[in-house]
Amino acid sequence: MIETRGLRKSYRSRDGRQTKTVDAVRGVDLNVTEGEIFGFLGPNGAGKTTTLRMLATLIEPDGGEATIAGADLRRDPAEVRRRIGYVAQGGSTWDESTAREELVLHARMYRIGKAEARRRAARALDAFQLTEYADRKCKTYSGGQRRRLEIALGIIHEPMVVFLDEPTTGLDPQSRAHMWDEIRRLRTDGMTVFITTHYLEEADALCDRIAIMDHGEVVTEGTPTDLKREISGDVVLVGLDAGATPQAAQLLDGEPYVNKLETVEEGGLRLYVDEGATAIPQILRRVDTAGLGLNSIELHRPSLDDVFLTKTGRSLRES
Amino acid sequence: MKLARDTWLIFQRQFQLLLRNPVWVFVGVFQPVMYLLLFAPLLKPALNAPTQAEAYKIFVPGLLVLLAIFGGLFQGFGLIAELRAGVIERSRVTPVSRLALLLGRSLRDVVSLMVQAVIITLLALLFDLRVSLVDLLLAYLMLALIALMTSAISYGIALKVKSEDALAPLMNTVAQPVLLLSGILLPLTFAPGWLQGIAEWNPFAWAVDGTRALFVGDLGDDKVWQGLGIIAVLAAAGVIWAARQFARSVR
Repeated sequence: MIETRGLRKSYRSRDGRQTKTVDAVRGVDLNVTEGEIFGFLGPNGAGKTTTLRMLATLIEPDGGEATIAGADLRRDPAEVRRRIGYVAQGGSTWDESTAREELVLHARMYRIGKAEARRRAARALDAFQLTEYADRKCKTYSGGQRRRLEIALGIIHEPMVVFLDEPTTGLDPQSRAHMWDEIRRLRTDGMTVFITTHYLEEADALCDRIAIMDHGEVVTEGTPTDLKREISGDVVLVGLDAGATPQAAQLLDGEPYVNKLETVEEGGLRLYVDEGATAIPQILRRVDTAGLGLNSIELHRPSLDDVFLTKTGRSLRES
Repeated sequence: MKLARDTWLIFQRQFQLLLRNPVWVFVGVFQPVMYLLLFAPLLKPALNAPTQAEAYKIFVPGLLVLLAIFGGLFQGFGLIAELRAGVIERSRVTPVSRLALLLGRSLRDVVSLMVQAVIITLLALLFDLRVSLVDLLLAYLMLALIALMTSAISYGIALKVKSEDALAPLMNTVAQPVLLLSGILLPLTFAPGWLQGIAEWNPFAWAVDGTRALFVGDLGDDKVWQGLGIIAVLAAAGVIWAARQFARSVR
């Protein structure tokens, strides 16, 4: 449904007297299949939004190719517009308008007739539980209501693909869970959904497939389960004083059950093991016989953050 | 006819929002009304005009052109608010005509200017101004073209600078000399030669001359078609340029 090859975008920015080029997106290849929720996961500034805006025809790529819903992005952006919906991150509704007015106007901008636009607006209000507030000004809406309206706007013309840029940023946990259900419903209705997020839980729980993005590049791609499985096994976090850490590292590095070992900056070790449950007793014994003080020990099933960490050397939570 | 349909759609929306808050039309007309009431009475002796009506025939056309220039130039502020709310971006992902995004808004500005111009004209009638209907309608056409041009330019610049902080000083710096060089407050016939020379390059000076000729009832005066022609060409250029700003990526 979405296929990109080598999509690139760079910006020129002025730094004092020097102009430098910032490569926001450096060659993105993607293949999103019909009917899936595809997620772009990455820290702020990774190039997620820039890529999305290119795919939504809002900015022109510097290079590369893309086909979206069968239309060529470079050659026929007008056709792409007809086939996609786009919901921006920062909102898109006018304070002084009502939800109904916004929906009718938006449908009409897709050249849908007046009567049909009214019908669709009523249906969308109903589907997104907004009927009660339909004729109140947008400025009176809660964050969740406004976000629901924005998604309703994005799909009023029944697009084949809908792009949602950080759809749950700024929502409270309850509204977020609610929004996830709405997004799943879009998939049920037959749409291909492309979201960006910097929430690990969201990518994990909501997306069928994700691409992890960092510094303008896709570093890895797959289903959340596969990506986590790639990081074979579990992670054991061993809490130690900073002074005792090097010694413990030396001690545990040669152990047969430890696949990989990393030192945590503030002190402690991160051990990648096949089976956490059997490794922990052995680690405890080893550390204990050496007489090193152990502060804590934690077992982690690998998360997408661990995937991010192995691919980029940084934690997503820190960046 | 997609353009006409889209333009009408955007115009309707903008006009509906204007009606919801019509106070801005009256805020905009407040300053010219003050000029009319508190400044114009000085003109009969100052201009050595034989009657009050004669003085108004010189002053009111200038005042109307002033209203059209400023009313248009400051429309960009509203667009920056729309940019910030994401409304423009939302429009740009739809297939709606980019020219319509501009024209719908600019035509709303033209209509609101017309309301203001009628208010000023009616007030001036109380001060014994008399002008024939044909002349007045042609003068209104001139005003409409001016407002179309200045509002389009203002929107184009707003899309480029994207911030009120940059737009306000820019508009003031441009508007001030343009205003003084167009003979709006006092006719440029009083000006020394060098000043008249510069003013010849100011299209608004031509617009003011043309409008004054209409108010005097001199429909055959060359200044009428010259003024209308110059402003029409510039309005078209302004609209095309600003529509391209709507088509270009905006962030």
